[in-house]
Amino acid sequence: MTPFLRRQRALADFTLAALARRKGKNIALIAVYSVVVFVLASAMFFAASLRFETTTVLEGAPEITVQKITLGRQDLIDGSVADEIAAIRGVTEAHPRLWGYYYDRINGANYTVMVPDDPEMMPDPGQIAIGEGIPRARGLEWAGAPVFLSRYEGDLKKFDVAKTFSRDSALMTSDLMLMNEADFRDFFDIPKGRYTDVVARVRNPNEVATIVQKGSNALPQMRFVTRADIARTYQKLFDWREGLLTALAFAGILAFVIFAAEKASGLSAEEAREIGILKAVGWNTRDVIAMKMWEGGLISLAAFLIGTVAGFAHVFFFGAPLFAPILKGWAVIYPDFPLSPHVDGLQLLTLALLTTLPYIAATVVPIWRTASADPDAVMR
Amino acid sequence: MRRSSYVFAALGCLTLLLAVELYYPVFARPHRDGRLLEERTLVARLGLTDPALFTEARYTRNPSLADLNTPFQDHPGSFDHFPSGTFVPSPATPGQGWLLFQPEAAK
Repeated sequence: MTPFLRRQRALADFTLAALARRKGKNIALIAVYSVVVFVLASAMFFAASLRFETTTVLEGAPEITVQKITLGRQDLIDGSVADEIAAIRGVTEAHPRLWGYYYDRINGANYTVMVPDDPEMMPDPGQIAIGEGIPRARGLEWAGAPVFLSRYEGDLKKFDVAKTFSRDSALMTSDLMLMNEADFRDFFDIPKGRYTDVVARVRNPNEVATIVQKGSNALPQMRFVTRADIARTYQKLFDWREGLLTALAFAGILAFVIFAAEKASGLSAEEAREIGILKAVGWNTRDVIAMKMWEGGLISLAAFLIGTVAGFAHVFFFGAPLFAPILKGWAVIYPDFPLSPHVDGLQLLTLALLTTLPYIAATVVPIWRTASADPDAVMR
Repeated sequence: MRRSSYVFAALGCLTLLLAVELYYPVFARPHRDGRLLEERTLVARLGLTDPALFTEARYTRNPSLADLNTPFQDHPGSFDHFPSGTFVPSPATPGQGWLLFQPEAAK
Protein backbone atom coordinates (compact mmCIF):
# COMPACT_ATOMS: atom_id res chain seq x y z
CA MET A 1 0.00 0.00 0.00
CA THR A 2 1.42 3.38 -0.94
CA PRO A 3 1.77 6.04 1.79
CA PHE A 4 -1.03 8.02 0.10
CA LEU A 5 -3.48 5.13 0.27
CA ARG A 6 -2.42 4.31 3.84
CA ARG A 7 -3.08 7.91 4.84
CA GLN A 8 -6.50 7.89 3.16
CA ARG A 9 -7.37 4.59 4.85
CA ALA A 10 -6.43 6.01 8.23
CA LEU A 11 -8.53 9.11 7.52
CA ALA A 12 -11.48 6.88 6.57
CA ASP A 13 -11.08 4.94 9.84
CA PHE A 14 -10.95 8.15 11.81
CA THR A 15 -14.03 9.54 9.99
CA LEU A 16 -16.00 6.36 10.67
CA ALA A 17 -15.08 6.51 14.35
CA ALA A 18 -16.23 10.15 14.44
CA LEU A 19 -19.51 9.22 12.66
CA ALA A 20 -20.05 6.34 15.09
CA ARG A 21 -19.97 8.76 18.01
CA ARG A 22 -23.19 10.34 16.64
CA LYS A 23 -24.65 7.06 15.45
CA GLY A 24 -28.38 7.84 15.71
CA LYS A 25 -28.16 11.15 13.91
CA ASN A 26 -26.02 9.77 11.08
CA ILE A 27 -28.16 6.66 10.55
CA ALA A 28 -31.25 8.90 10.35
CA LEU A 29 -29.42 11.11 7.86
CA ILE A 30 -28.49 8.17 5.60
CA ALA A 31 -32.04 6.80 5.83
CA VAL A 32 -33.69 10.10 4.82
CA TYR A 33 -31.08 10.69 2.12
CA SER A 34 -31.64 7.15 0.72
CA VAL A 35 -35.41 7.68 0.60
CA VAL A 36 -34.93 10.90 -1.40
CA VAL A 37 -32.65 9.09 -3.89
CA PHE A 38 -35.09 6.14 -3.98
CA VAL A 39 -38.05 8.34 -4.97
CA LEU A 40 -36.07 10.19 -7.65
CA ALA A 41 -34.50 6.99 -9.02
CA SER A 42 -37.86 5.17 -9.09
CA ALA A 43 -39.53 8.04 -10.98
CA MET A 44 -36.63 8.08 -13.41
CA PHE A 45 -36.58 4.32 -14.07
CA PHE A 46 -40.37 4.16 -14.32
CA ALA A 47 -40.66 7.00 -16.83
CA ALA A 48 -37.68 5.77 -18.88
CA SER A 49 -39.22 2.30 -19.12
CA LEU A 50 -42.69 3.53 -20.11
CA ARG A 51 -41.23 5.99 -22.61
CA PHE A 52 -39.09 3.27 -24.16
CA GLU A 53 -41.93 0.77 -24.49
CA THR A 54 -44.43 3.31 -25.84
CA THR A 55 -42.09 4.81 -28.42
CA THR A 56 -40.94 1.37 -29.59
CA VAL A 57 -44.43 -0.05 -29.86
CA LEU A 58 -46.10 3.02 -31.37
CA GLU A 59 -43.74 2.89 -34.34
CA GLY A 60 -46.38 0.53 -35.69
CA ALA A 61 -49.19 3.09 -35.25
CA PRO A 62 -51.03 4.34 -38.37
CA GLU A 63 -49.13 7.05 -40.23
CA ILE A 64 -52.13 9.31 -40.75
CA THR A 65 -55.50 9.27 -38.97
CA VAL A 66 -58.29 11.41 -40.39
CA GLN A 67 -61.18 12.50 -38.18
CA LYS A 68 -64.27 14.49 -39.04
CA ILE A 69 -64.86 17.41 -36.72
CA THR A 70 -68.38 18.77 -36.25
CA LEU A 71 -69.11 21.51 -33.70
CA GLY A 72 -65.63 20.99 -32.26
CA ARG A 73 -66.23 17.30 -31.65
CA GLN A 74 -65.25 14.18 -33.48
CA ASP A 75 -68.15 12.92 -35.57
CA LEU A 76 -68.86 9.81 -37.65
CA ILE A 77 -67.15 9.97 -41.01
CA ASP A 78 -68.48 8.87 -44.39
CA GLY A 79 -66.78 5.81 -45.90
CA SER A 80 -66.22 7.67 -49.20
CA VAL A 81 -63.61 9.91 -47.50
CA ALA A 82 -61.25 6.91 -47.54
CA ASP A 83 -61.39 6.88 -51.36
CA GLU A 84 -60.64 10.60 -51.50
CA ILE A 85 -57.63 10.15 -49.19
CA ALA A 86 -56.44 7.11 -51.15
CA ALA A 87 -56.52 9.20 -54.35
CA ILE A 88 -53.85 11.57 -52.99
CA ARG A 89 -50.51 10.81 -54.60
CA GLY A 90 -48.17 9.05 -52.17
CA VAL A 91 -50.91 7.29 -50.16
CA THR A 92 -50.61 3.53 -50.57
CA GLU A 93 -53.74 2.57 -48.73
CA ALA A 94 -56.60 4.23 -46.84
CA HIS A 95 -59.48 2.54 -45.12
CA PRO A 96 -62.23 3.54 -42.71
CA ARG A 97 -62.27 2.11 -39.18
CA LEU A 98 -64.95 1.43 -36.63
CA TRP A 99 -64.09 1.88 -32.98
CA GLY A 100 -65.42 3.59 -29.89
CA TYR A 101 -65.90 3.38 -26.17
CA TYR A 102 -68.33 1.35 -24.16
CA TYR A 103 -69.18 2.27 -20.59
CA ASP A 104 -69.85 -0.86 -18.57
CA ARG A 105 -72.70 -0.08 -16.17
CA ILE A 106 -71.97 -3.18 -14.10
CA ASN A 107 -68.53 -2.18 -12.86
CA GLY A 108 -68.14 1.41 -14.07
CA ALA A 109 -65.23 0.58 -16.39
CA ASN A 110 -64.68 1.93 -19.91
CA TYR A 111 -63.75 -0.47 -22.68
CA THR A 112 -62.34 0.43 -26.08
CA VAL A 113 -64.38 -1.48 -28.64
CA MET A 114 -62.87 -1.94 -32.06
CA VAL A 115 -63.50 -3.73 -35.34
CA PRO A 116 -60.12 -5.02 -36.54
CA ASP A 117 -59.10 -4.26 -40.15
CA ASP A 118 -57.24 -7.51 -40.41
CA PRO A 119 -59.67 -10.28 -41.48
CA GLU A 120 -57.54 -12.81 -39.58
CA MET A 121 -58.19 -11.00 -36.32
CA MET A 122 -61.91 -10.46 -36.93
CA PRO A 123 -63.95 -12.50 -34.42
CA ASP A 124 -66.93 -14.52 -35.69
CA PRO A 125 -70.42 -13.05 -35.18
CA GLY A 126 -71.42 -13.29 -31.53
CA GLN A 127 -67.80 -13.56 -30.42
CA ILE A 128 -65.30 -11.05 -29.06
CA ALA A 129 -61.58 -10.91 -28.33
CA ILE A 130 -60.72 -9.08 -25.11
CA GLY A 131 -57.75 -7.62 -23.25
CA GLU A 132 -56.58 -9.05 -19.95
CA GLY A 133 -58.14 -6.20 -17.93
CA ILE A 134 -61.78 -6.94 -18.86
CA PRO A 135 -62.15 -10.37 -17.18
CA ARG A 136 -60.25 -8.94 -14.21
CA ALA A 137 -62.60 -5.95 -13.92
CA ARG A 138 -65.63 -8.19 -14.41
CA GLY A 139 -64.45 -10.85 -11.97
CA LEU A 140 -64.70 -13.60 -14.61
CA GLU A 141 -62.51 -16.22 -13.06
CA TRP A 142 -62.83 -19.17 -15.39
CA ALA A 143 -61.53 -19.21 -18.96
CA GLY A 144 -64.19 -19.10 -21.66
CA ALA A 145 -66.81 -17.36 -19.52
CA PRO A 146 -69.12 -15.33 -21.78
CA VAL A 147 -69.37 -11.54 -21.43
CA PHE A 148 -72.79 -9.92 -21.12
CA LEU A 149 -73.03 -6.31 -22.24
CA SER A 150 -75.90 -4.01 -21.39
CA ARG A 151 -76.69 -0.72 -23.11
CA TYR A 152 -79.67 0.27 -21.00
CA GLU A 153 -81.82 -1.10 -18.18
CA GLY A 154 -83.26 -4.47 -19.20
CA ASP A 155 -80.93 -4.93 -22.18
CA LEU A 156 -78.43 -7.77 -22.15
CA LYS A 157 -76.39 -9.13 -25.02
CA LYS A 158 -74.18 -12.19 -24.74
CA PHE A 159 -70.79 -12.46 -26.40
CA ASP A 160 -68.56 -15.51 -26.30
CA VAL A 161 -64.89 -14.83 -25.66
CA ALA A 162 -62.91 -16.21 -28.60
CA LYS A 163 -59.54 -14.95 -27.39
CA THR A 164 -57.96 -13.08 -24.49
CA PHE A 165 -54.85 -10.98 -25.15
CA SER A 166 -51.93 -11.91 -22.92
CA ARG A 167 -50.37 -9.81 -20.20
CA ASP A 168 -47.36 -9.26 -22.51
CA SER A 169 -49.27 -6.73 -24.59
CA ALA A 170 -51.39 -5.40 -21.70
CA LEU A 171 -49.99 -1.87 -21.98
CA MET A 172 -51.72 -1.52 -25.35
CA THR A 173 -54.60 -3.99 -25.15
CA SER A 174 -55.74 -4.12 -21.52
CA ASP A 175 -59.20 -2.58 -22.09
CA LEU A 176 -59.58 -3.60 -25.71
CA MET A 177 -62.60 -5.50 -27.04
CA LEU A 178 -62.52 -6.67 -30.67
CA MET A 179 -65.92 -7.19 -32.25
CA ASN A 180 -67.31 -8.32 -35.56
CA GLU A 181 -68.43 -5.44 -37.84
CA ALA A 182 -72.04 -6.63 -38.02
CA ASP A 183 -72.21 -6.99 -34.22
CA PHE A 184 -70.63 -3.56 -33.75
CA ARG A 185 -73.10 -1.79 -36.05
CA ASP A 186 -76.00 -3.60 -34.48
CA PHE A 187 -74.91 -3.10 -30.86
CA PHE A 188 -74.02 0.61 -31.17
CA ASP A 189 -76.65 1.39 -33.82
CA ILE A 190 -74.20 2.76 -36.40
CA PRO A 191 -75.75 3.19 -39.87
CA LYS A 192 -74.11 1.44 -42.83
CA GLY A 193 -71.44 3.45 -44.64
CA ARG A 194 -70.53 5.51 -41.55
CA TYR A 195 -67.28 5.00 -39.67
CA THR A 196 -65.30 6.42 -36.72
CA ASP A 197 -62.24 7.58 -38.62
CA VAL A 198 -60.01 6.83 -41.60
CA VAL A 199 -56.41 5.65 -41.43
CA ALA A 200 -53.91 5.95 -44.25
CA ARG A 201 -50.52 4.42 -44.95
CA VAL A 202 -48.00 6.30 -47.05
CA ARG A 203 -45.18 5.07 -49.26
CA ASN A 204 -42.52 7.51 -48.10
CA PRO A 205 -42.67 8.83 -44.51
CA ASN A 206 -40.98 12.07 -45.65
CA GLU A 207 -44.08 12.87 -47.70
CA VAL A 208 -46.48 12.82 -44.73
CA ALA A 209 -46.44 16.61 -44.29
CA THR A 210 -47.20 17.21 -47.99
CA ILE A 211 -49.97 14.62 -47.98
CA VAL A 212 -51.53 16.18 -44.87
CA GLN A 213 -51.39 19.59 -46.52
CA LYS A 214 -53.03 18.33 -49.72
CA GLY A 215 -55.60 16.45 -47.65
CA SER A 216 -56.50 19.48 -45.54
CA ASN A 217 -56.90 21.60 -48.67
CA ALA A 218 -59.23 19.05 -50.25
CA LEU A 219 -61.12 18.18 -47.05
CA PRO A 220 -60.99 21.28 -44.85
CA GLN A 221 -63.47 19.97 -42.26
CA MET A 222 -61.22 17.02 -41.36
CA ARG A 223 -58.53 16.81 -38.74
CA PHE A 224 -55.34 14.97 -39.65
CA VAL A 225 -53.31 13.30 -36.88
CA THR A 226 -49.91 11.99 -37.92
CA ARG A 227 -47.72 9.40 -36.22
CA ALA A 228 -45.27 12.19 -35.36
CA ASP A 229 -48.12 13.98 -33.51
CA ILE A 230 -48.79 10.80 -31.52
CA ALA A 231 -45.10 10.38 -30.68
CA ARG A 232 -44.94 14.05 -29.60
CA THR A 233 -48.00 13.64 -27.40
CA TYR A 234 -46.38 10.73 -25.58
CA GLN A 235 -42.95 12.24 -25.28
CA LYS A 236 -44.59 15.23 -23.65
CA LEU A 237 -46.88 13.13 -21.49
CA PHE A 238 -44.05 11.11 -19.98
CA ASP A 239 -41.82 14.14 -19.48
CA TRP A 240 -44.74 15.81 -17.77
CA ARG A 241 -45.48 12.83 -15.57
CA GLU A 242 -41.87 12.35 -14.55
CA GLY A 243 -41.76 16.07 -13.76
CA LEU A 244 -44.94 15.70 -11.74
CA LEU A 245 -43.52 12.86 -9.65
CA THR A 246 -40.37 14.88 -9.12
CA ALA A 247 -42.55 17.83 -8.10
CA LEU A 248 -44.32 15.61 -5.59
CA ALA A 249 -40.93 14.52 -4.27
CA PHE A 250 -39.85 18.17 -4.20
CA ALA A 251 -41.32 18.83 -0.75
CA GLY A 252 -39.36 15.84 0.55
CA ILE A 253 -36.20 17.00 -1.17
CA LEU A 254 -36.61 20.48 0.29
CA ALA A 255 -37.00 19.07 3.79
CA PHE A 256 -33.88 17.01 3.22
CA VAL A 257 -31.93 20.04 1.98
CA ILE A 258 -32.87 21.96 5.13
CA PHE A 259 -31.89 18.97 7.27
CA ALA A 260 -28.56 18.50 5.48
CA ALA A 261 -27.74 22.20 5.43
CA GLU A 262 -28.51 22.47 9.12
CA LYS A 263 -26.29 19.50 9.83
CA ALA A 264 -23.52 20.55 7.50
CA SER A 265 -23.33 24.32 7.84
CA GLY A 266 -24.56 24.99 11.36
CA LEU A 267 -21.61 23.21 12.92
CA SER A 268 -22.45 21.94 16.37
CA ALA A 269 -20.28 23.19 19.23
CA GLU A 270 -19.06 19.62 19.66
CA GLU A 271 -17.88 19.37 16.04
CA ALA A 272 -16.19 22.77 16.19
CA ARG A 273 -14.38 21.67 19.37
CA GLU A 274 -13.32 18.44 17.67
CA ILE A 275 -11.78 20.38 14.79
CA GLY A 276 -10.05 22.71 17.23
CA ILE A 277 -8.52 19.73 19.07
CA LEU A 278 -7.39 18.11 15.81
CA LYS A 279 -5.67 21.31 14.77
CA ALA A 280 -4.11 21.69 18.21
CA VAL A 281 -2.61 18.18 18.05
CA GLY A 282 -1.00 18.96 14.72
CA TRP A 283 -3.53 18.29 11.93
CA ASN A 284 -3.36 20.88 9.20
CA THR A 285 -6.34 22.38 7.34
CA ARG A 286 -5.86 19.95 4.42
CA ASP A 287 -6.18 16.93 6.72
CA VAL A 288 -9.35 18.27 8.31
CA ILE A 289 -10.91 18.95 4.89
CA ALA A 290 -9.86 15.50 3.62
CA MET A 291 -11.51 13.95 6.68
CA LYS A 292 -14.73 15.87 6.01
CA MET A 293 -14.60 14.90 2.32
CA TRP A 294 -14.52 11.29 3.45
CA GLU A 295 -17.51 11.94 5.68
CA GLY A 296 -19.59 13.57 2.93
CA GLY A 297 -18.41 11.04 0.35
CA LEU A 298 -19.20 7.97 2.45
CA ILE A 299 -22.65 9.21 3.49
CA SER A 300 -23.71 10.33 0.02
CA LEU A 301 -22.26 7.27 -1.73
CA ALA A 302 -24.01 4.92 0.71
CA ALA A 303 -27.31 6.81 0.29
CA PHE A 304 -26.98 6.87 -3.52
CA LEU A 305 -26.24 3.14 -3.71
CA ILE A 306 -29.02 2.13 -1.29
CA GLY A 307 -31.56 4.45 -2.97
CA THR A 308 -30.72 3.41 -6.54
CA VAL A 309 -30.55 -0.33 -5.83
CA ALA A 310 -33.90 -0.17 -3.99
CA GLY A 311 -35.44 2.07 -6.70
CA PHE A 312 -34.44 -0.35 -9.46
CA ALA A 313 -35.84 -3.33 -7.54
CA HIS A 314 -39.04 -1.39 -6.77
CA VAL A 315 -39.68 -0.59 -10.43
CA PHE A 316 -38.43 -3.63 -12.33
CA PHE A 317 -38.72 -6.51 -9.87
CA PHE A 318 -41.86 -5.46 -7.99
CA GLY A 319 -43.66 -3.47 -10.73
CA ALA A 320 -43.59 -0.03 -9.01
CA PRO A 321 -46.38 -0.69 -6.46
CA LEU A 322 -45.86 2.69 -4.79
CA PHE A 323 -46.58 4.63 -8.00
CA ALA A 324 -49.51 2.56 -9.19
CA PRO A 325 -52.18 4.34 -7.06
CA ILE A 326 -51.02 7.74 -8.37
CA LEU A 327 -51.12 6.60 -11.99
CA LYS A 328 -54.33 4.60 -11.76
CA GLY A 329 -56.48 7.66 -11.22
CA TRP A 330 -60.14 6.73 -11.10
CA ALA A 331 -59.97 4.14 -13.83
CA VAL A 332 -61.47 0.74 -13.05
CA ILE A 333 -59.17 -0.99 -15.54
CA TYR A 334 -55.48 -0.44 -15.14
CA PRO A 335 -53.16 -2.57 -17.27
CA ASP A 336 -51.23 -5.23 -15.43
CA PHE A 337 -48.15 -5.10 -17.63
CA PRO A 338 -44.51 -6.04 -17.22
CA LEU A 339 -42.28 -2.94 -17.28
CA SER A 340 -39.56 -3.32 -19.91
CA PRO A 341 -36.18 -3.14 -18.22
CA HIS A 342 -34.46 -0.12 -19.71
CA VAL A 343 -31.82 2.13 -18.13
CA ASP A 344 -30.64 5.45 -19.50
CA GLY A 345 -26.95 5.72 -18.52
CA LEU A 346 -26.82 9.51 -18.87
CA GLN A 347 -29.83 9.92 -16.60
CA LEU A 348 -28.27 7.67 -13.99
CA LEU A 349 -25.05 9.70 -14.08
CA THR A 350 -27.04 12.93 -13.70
CA LEU A 351 -28.85 11.44 -10.71
CA ALA A 352 -25.54 10.40 -9.14
CA LEU A 353 -23.98 13.84 -9.61
CA LEU A 354 -27.08 15.75 -8.51
CA THR A 355 -27.50 13.76 -5.34
CA THR A 356 -23.91 13.36 -4.16
CA LEU A 357 -21.98 16.50 -5.15
CA PRO A 358 -24.20 19.13 -3.45
CA TYR A 359 -24.07 17.19 -0.19
CA ILE A 360 -20.28 16.87 -0.25
CA ALA A 361 -20.02 20.59 -1.04
CA ALA A 362 -22.43 21.45 1.79
CA THR A 363 -20.27 19.44 4.21
CA VAL A 364 -16.90 20.74 3.14
CA VAL A 365 -17.45 24.49 2.71
CA PRO A 366 -18.38 25.41 6.33
CA ILE A 367 -15.63 23.12 7.66
CA TRP A 368 -13.07 24.88 5.55
CA ARG A 369 -14.06 28.15 7.22
CA THR A 370 -13.76 26.67 10.71
CA ALA A 371 -10.61 24.72 9.96
CA SER A 372 -8.73 27.73 8.68
CA ALA A 373 -9.47 29.64 11.90
CA ASP A 374 -7.18 29.68 14.92
CA PRO A 375 -7.62 26.44 16.99
CA ASP A 376 -7.58 28.33 20.24
CA ALA A 377 -10.43 30.59 19.08
CA VAL A 378 -12.47 27.63 17.82
CA MET A 379 -12.10 25.59 21.01
CA ARG A 380 -13.11 28.47 23.23
CA MET B 1 -10.43 -5.97 11.41
CA ARG B 2 -10.47 -2.25 10.99
CA ARG B 3 -13.77 -0.44 11.01
CA SER B 4 -13.25 0.83 7.45
CA SER B 5 -12.93 -2.74 6.14
CA TYR B 6 -16.53 -3.50 7.08
CA VAL B 7 -17.82 -0.27 5.56
CA PHE B 8 -15.81 -0.72 2.35
CA ALA B 9 -17.04 -4.31 2.10
CA ALA B 10 -20.66 -3.14 2.51
CA LEU B 11 -20.21 -0.40 -0.11
CA GLY B 12 -18.57 -2.96 -2.40
CA CYS B 13 -21.55 -5.29 -2.00
CA LEU B 14 -23.96 -2.47 -2.82
CA THR B 15 -21.93 -1.53 -5.91
CA LEU B 16 -21.93 -5.16 -7.01
CA LEU B 17 -25.69 -5.31 -6.50
CA LEU B 18 -26.14 -2.15 -8.59
CA ALA B 19 -23.89 -3.62 -11.29
CA VAL B 20 -25.99 -6.79 -11.35
CA GLU B 21 -29.16 -4.72 -11.59
CA LEU B 22 -27.73 -2.59 -14.40
CA TYR B 23 -26.74 -5.78 -16.22
CA TYR B 24 -30.27 -7.14 -15.87
CA PRO B 25 -31.69 -5.09 -18.83
CA VAL B 26 -28.89 -6.48 -21.04
CA PHE B 27 -29.63 -10.00 -19.82
CA ALA B 28 -33.38 -9.59 -20.32
CA ARG B 29 -33.05 -7.89 -23.71
CA PRO B 30 -33.79 -10.88 -26.02
CA HIS B 31 -37.01 -11.63 -24.14
CA ARG B 32 -37.99 -7.96 -23.93
CA ASP B 33 -37.28 -7.31 -27.63
CA GLY B 34 -39.25 -10.40 -28.63
CA ARG B 35 -42.21 -9.26 -26.55
CA LEU B 36 -42.03 -5.70 -27.88
CA LEU B 37 -41.84 -6.93 -31.48
CA GLU B 38 -44.99 -8.98 -30.97
CA GLU B 39 -46.72 -6.04 -29.30
CA ARG B 40 -45.62 -3.76 -32.12
CA THR B 41 -46.97 -6.14 -34.75
CA LEU B 42 -50.27 -6.25 -32.88
CA VAL B 43 -50.34 -2.43 -32.74
CA ALA B 44 -49.71 -2.25 -36.49
CA ARG B 45 -52.34 -4.88 -37.29
CA LEU B 46 -55.00 -3.23 -35.15
CA GLY B 47 -53.90 0.34 -35.86
CA LEU B 48 -53.73 1.25 -32.17
CA THR B 49 -52.62 4.75 -31.30
CA ASP B 50 -52.46 4.96 -27.50
CA PRO B 51 -51.50 2.85 -24.48
CA ALA B 52 -54.34 1.81 -22.17
CA LEU B 53 -52.88 3.65 -19.18
CA PHE B 54 -55.86 5.85 -18.26
CA THR B 55 -59.14 4.32 -19.31
CA GLU B 56 -61.61 6.55 -17.47
CA ALA B 57 -62.41 9.09 -20.19
CA ARG B 58 -61.93 9.27 -23.94
CA TYR B 59 -59.56 12.23 -23.74
CA THR B 60 -57.31 10.33 -21.31
CA ARG B 61 -57.64 6.93 -23.03
CA ASN B 62 -56.73 8.29 -26.47
CA PRO B 63 -55.09 11.68 -25.88
CA SER B 64 -53.53 11.65 -29.34
CA LEU B 65 -56.93 11.36 -31.06
CA ALA B 66 -59.11 13.25 -28.58
CA ASP B 67 -60.70 16.54 -29.60
CA LEU B 68 -58.56 18.51 -27.19
CA ASN B 69 -59.46 21.65 -29.11
CA THR B 70 -62.80 21.51 -27.29
CA PRO B 71 -62.37 23.47 -24.07
CA PHE B 72 -64.96 21.58 -22.01
CA GLN B 73 -65.04 17.90 -22.77
CA ASP B 74 -68.36 16.72 -21.45
CA HIS B 75 -70.72 19.70 -21.28
CA PRO B 76 -70.28 23.48 -21.15
CA GLY B 77 -68.64 24.46 -17.88
CA SER B 78 -67.49 20.95 -17.04
CA PHE B 79 -64.00 21.25 -15.73
CA ASP B 80 -61.70 18.28 -15.86
CA HIS B 81 -63.34 15.68 -13.70
CA PHE B 82 -60.75 12.90 -13.58
CA PRO B 83 -57.42 13.01 -11.77
CA SER B 84 -55.67 11.58 -14.85
CA GLY B 85 -56.29 14.90 -16.55
CA THR B 86 -53.40 16.11 -14.42
CA PHE B 87 -51.12 13.63 -16.12
CA VAL B 88 -52.16 14.56 -19.64
CA PRO B 89 -50.67 17.92 -20.54
CA SER B 90 -52.63 20.27 -22.78
CA PRO B 91 -51.32 20.34 -26.34
CA ALA B 92 -49.13 23.27 -27.34
CA THR B 93 -49.91 23.07 -31.03
CA PRO B 94 -52.92 21.78 -32.94
CA GLY B 95 -50.67 19.34 -34.83
CA GLN B 96 -49.89 19.48 -38.50
CA GLY B 97 -53.48 19.29 -39.66
CA TRP B 98 -55.35 22.59 -39.57
CA LEU B 99 -59.03 23.08 -39.01
CA LEU B 100 -60.59 25.41 -41.58
CA PHE B 101 -58.18 28.25 -40.94
CA GLN B 102 -54.76 27.75 -42.38
CA PRO B 103 -51.94 30.17 -41.78
CA GLU B 104 -50.74 31.82 -45.00
CA ALA B 105 -47.37 30.10 -44.67
CA ALA B 106 -48.86 26.61 -44.70
CA LYS B 107 -50.91 27.12 -47.87
